[in-house]
Amino acid sequence: MIRVVLPYHLRTLARVGGEVKLDVNGVVTQRSVLDALEASYPVLRGTIRDHVTEQRRPFLRFFACEQDLSHEPPDAPLPEAVASGAEPFLVVGAIAGG
Amino acid sequence: MSSVRVLVGTRKGAFILTSDGKRKRWKVSGPYFAGWEIYHMKGSPADPNRLYASQTSGWFGQIIQRSSDGGKTWETPGGGMTTAPGGMPRGESNKFVYDTTPETGKPLTTHQFYDGTQHPWEFKRVWHLEPSLTDPDSVYAGVEDAALFCSADGGKTWQELAGLRGHGTGPKWQPGAGGMGLHTILLDPSDPGRIFIAISAAGAFRTDDAGKTWKPINRGLKSQYLPDPNAEVGHCVHHMAMHGSRPSVLFMQKHWDVMRSDDAGDSWQEVSGNLPTDFGFAIDVHAHEPDTIYVVPIKSDSEHYPPKGKLRVYRSRTGGNEWEALTKGLPQRKCYVNVLRDAMAVDSLDSCGVYFGTTGGQVFASADAGDTWAPIVRYLPAVLSVEVQTLP
Repeated sequence: MIRVVLPYHLRTLARVGGEVKLDVNGVVTQRSVLDALEASYPVLRGTIRDHVTEQRRPFLRFFACEQDLSHEPPDAPLPEAVASGAEPFLVVGAIAGG
Repeated sequence: MSSVRVLVGTRKGAFILTSDGKRKRWKVSGPYFAGWEIYHMKGSPADPNRLYASQTSGWFGQIIQRSSDGGKTWETPGGGMTTAPGGMPRGESNKFVYDTTPETGKPLTTHQFYDGTQHPWEFKRVWHLEPSLTDPDSVYAGVEDAALFCSADGGKTWQELAGLRGHGTGPKWQPGAGGMGLHTILLDPSDPGRIFIAISAAGAFRTDDAGKTWKPINRGLKSQYLPDPNAEVGHCVHHMAMHGSRPSVLFMQKHWDVMRSDDAGDSWQEVSGNLPTDFGFAIDVHAHEPDTIYVVPIKSDSEHYPPKGKLRVYRSRTGGNEWEALTKGLPQRKCYVNVLRDAMAVDSLDSCGVYFGTTGGQVFASADAGDTWAPIVRYLPAVLSVEVQTLP
């Protein structure tokens, strides 16, 4: 069971509270986690990754296990702690302002 | 007794204001979609309970929301929660993909950018939603970077009417300061094939075959900020309006200049007349008097507030040129708000109501065609759009 933490506005949009729990088949990667997330919550399609390019939206970051994984290849395995559910995969909105 | 529903899009959510036909007491509901920019909300003329909203965010992109009960509840068409990943509907209500198929004949991929180079078309947001006059499930979307999309399934899926970008002048279009948005969509009630649109900063365009082919309709526009002030395209049209009973007559608030066309846009004449400044964004037409029009003059493109800090709607009862200031009930000192292009609307009650929202968060209403005004609300987030539904 993969645990995903979404930013406030995406939790509201998807009508979920707290963490989202997902079953991911095969290797646990950014792509497979986001595919599973979007399959369960189609409203999130396009909000984290571009519809066409599947690139991460510029003001979002991916964190896990105290690491910034935003620039890791989408098919690279995520840390074992994420794959085992010990640690969540965090989708984080950039903080803007002054 | 008739009632009125005012749909207000703001920088931080949507609000719905309702009143009976007297328009004295108002109920304010919202915010809906709190924290998101609501560029535009509009109801279907064919089913007043069907509403569409453009919900956008610099972080999370575009969402289309739809209501089937007049705004009490909302859904993202095709984007609801599913429990069976293998068989869920495809959530494409927020998927706006430019058509680059060979079938369009001209799969445009670039337009002129600020630095004069050609730049790829990149979808950013929906500026304006225009529901069909006859089918609640059909709706048009004007988007940035400028293009026109349509949906025939209630906003679930969207297809570009690529003939607009592909008609030939697209590579000359360029963004204005606010981006390259298609912000105005006017449907001709007497001719289902005729649609007028406007783009900043490209100009106005018309189709007579339901969007297959388009032509620029900018003859008579003069823009001193262009190398050729009379160019075929490049004009910064801010908004256009028409009266349904006379759809070949168009009114336009250009960046500078208020304009009028009596031949469906084939030619334009300036009707700024005695306005204190002919810069502005909003323009609309009285519901029952096709020659009564409203604008809100703004000091200049450098100073986006009313002249002398006095918020005044100007009304012409002669289709332009002769204008009167409407001031009763509007702030006449130290007022430095703006009124954006989609933030003015009229109702169709016997005594026509006129409404507009400001970047200061007020929504003003007049139940007597502009003679007197009062704020419905004063402290909303900056208002991006105002639309009005007159309900039986």
